[in-house]
Amino acid sequence: MSQRFVRLGETDRKPVRITIDGRPAGALEGDTLLVAVLNNADRLRESEFGDGKRAGFCLMGACQDCWVWTADGGRLRACTTTVEEGMHIVTTQPEATWPNLA
Amino acid sequence: MAQPRVIVIGAGPAGVRCAETLVAAGLRPTVIDENRRDGGQIYRRQPDNFTRPYAKLYGTEAERARALHESFDALRGQVDYLPETLAWNIFGGELHVAHNQRTRSLPYDALVICSGATDRLMPVKGWHYAGTYSLGASQIALKAQACAIGRRIVFMGTGPLLYLVASQYVKAGANVAAVLDTSPLMRRVAALPKLLARPRLLRNGFALMAGLKRAGVSVLTGITPVEIEGSPDTGVHGVVVKDAQGRTRKLECDAVAMGYHLRPETQLADLARCAFRFDHETRQWLPEVSEDGRTSVAGVYLAGDGMRVLGADAAEIGGKLAAMAVLKDAGLAVQDDALRQLRAEQARMERFRQGLAQAFPWPAQQAAQLPDDAIVCRCEAITAGELRRVVCEMGARETNRAKAFSRVGMGRCQGRYCGHAGAEVIAAAAGVPVEEVGRLRGQAPVKPLPIAIHKETV
Repeated sequence: MSQRFVRLGETDRKPVRITIDGRPAGALEGDTLLVAVLNNADRLRESEFGDGKRAGFCLMGACQDCWVWTADGGRLRACTTTVEEGMHIVTTQPEATWPNLA
Repeated sequence: MAQPRVIVIGAGPAGVRCAETLVAAGLRPTVIDENRRDGGQIYRRQPDNFTRPYAKLYGTEAERARALHESFDALRGQVDYLPETLAWNIFGGELHVAHNQRTRSLPYDALVICSGATDRLMPVKGWHYAGTYSLGASQIALKAQACAIGRRIVFMGTGPLLYLVASQYVKAGANVAAVLDTSPLMRRVAALPKLLARPRLLRNGFALMAGLKRAGVSVLTGITPVEIEGSPDTGVHGVVVKDAQGRTRKLECDAVAMGYHLRPETQLADLARCAFRFDHETRQWLPEVSEDGRTSVAGVYLAGDGMRVLGADAAEIGGKLAAMAVLKDAGLAVQDDALRQLRAEQARMERFRQGLAQAFPWPAQQAAQLPDDAIVCRCEAITAGELRRVVCEMGARETNRAKAFSRVGMGRCQGRYCGHAGAEVIAAAAGVPVEEVGRLRGQAPVKPLPIAIHKETV
């Protein structure tokens, strides 16, 4: 699972360690959770409607297409959440999915 | 007489200048900001531990950004600033706000809504694949986080922001595969007299296009998007378009930044019961306002791109004008000379806006041509074919009815990204002008609230 985003600067920040789907991952202090995950992976979540992986869309808290989950079942909007040391992030939602059969 | 209670929603260029004008008149407004810091989207501040200087972050607009931030810093002790706070409903003469899983209602005598804008989107087949972002998103990734949205990026859509963001990416060292503009070049030539209302901006625009060419970026105008190629599992692989000569062109990329200018965030104005009118030039419904930002509802004012997309400089003027309208309506003194001067400046901004609308039109015809299997609603993966079916088979020729039947516009973005295109699909399927299908009603909460939210009583 390769990273989707590319860092173009500001890399001289304090490292932050998180876990994504049980695997250890590195981020930088000041990253949004969206940026932290997409610098380690190519997706944030799965569409509940069966059309594949999603990686956010608007980055300004308007589209709600960057929801991720914490290991204890909490839900976070990744683009408006700042990454924190020790976060355990899950990219598949714990709830059921509703595949679009149309 | 007690001072009027004024609430300003938004801390971008309009909100900050509005608050500043109110404070100068001796008032203490409450400023509601959904963001963590002031600046709005255009002058969004980077996190505290980032070190890029203003010139690098904001380019030609660096001094305006700095001035706005400094103005707000100076206001901090004189306003009640509520950051990370969502204004989610207007009901019973009160504004309902949520912060940290707590909601409360704030009474007001005057409410100035400076809600800003989001990208205006036209769907294309494959735009749901991971790696497709709004143009604004691609700019936020760079400006606020120093990241590119991919290794090889295509910018597609139309409007001045397309060239600005592509240029910012090139400057920052990203690999820009192409800039694909749906507007033909001739439209820009025809719009020149109006665009000359703001010569500095026009010059900046030319410089951006020239800079892209110099950097070897392929810039195509008058294109028609065909498809974003990719897979549900790995995301975007490429973009297919028809060029101005009708030839099929295919570009490999792993990211697409897409936008067709901006659309105002009008949900709060709608919840405040402001009257709307159809704007034929840009094919969208906009709140009815006076030149100073008074709406059809007493005590409710609009300013900035949340009223009509005029850009950041005009938003600063609009914020001041709305504040002066509030002051006048409260029986407080306003300098008429300053008011006249601001109105004159705003008229110039409006002429430039008309030029942009002419140069970079909303490509309505694309909606009619969307293949049936293209997704219109990204939230719930609903296709153009399904939307057409509820129009043609179930007679849903009005947009809220079509939404109820198809769920296009009912997902989590609440129609922000599918609403305008959805209306065009419905209108084309029903064979009626787009204004006849109506507009999506704003619904509270204007953004999702956590289910475990508590109501505070003060």
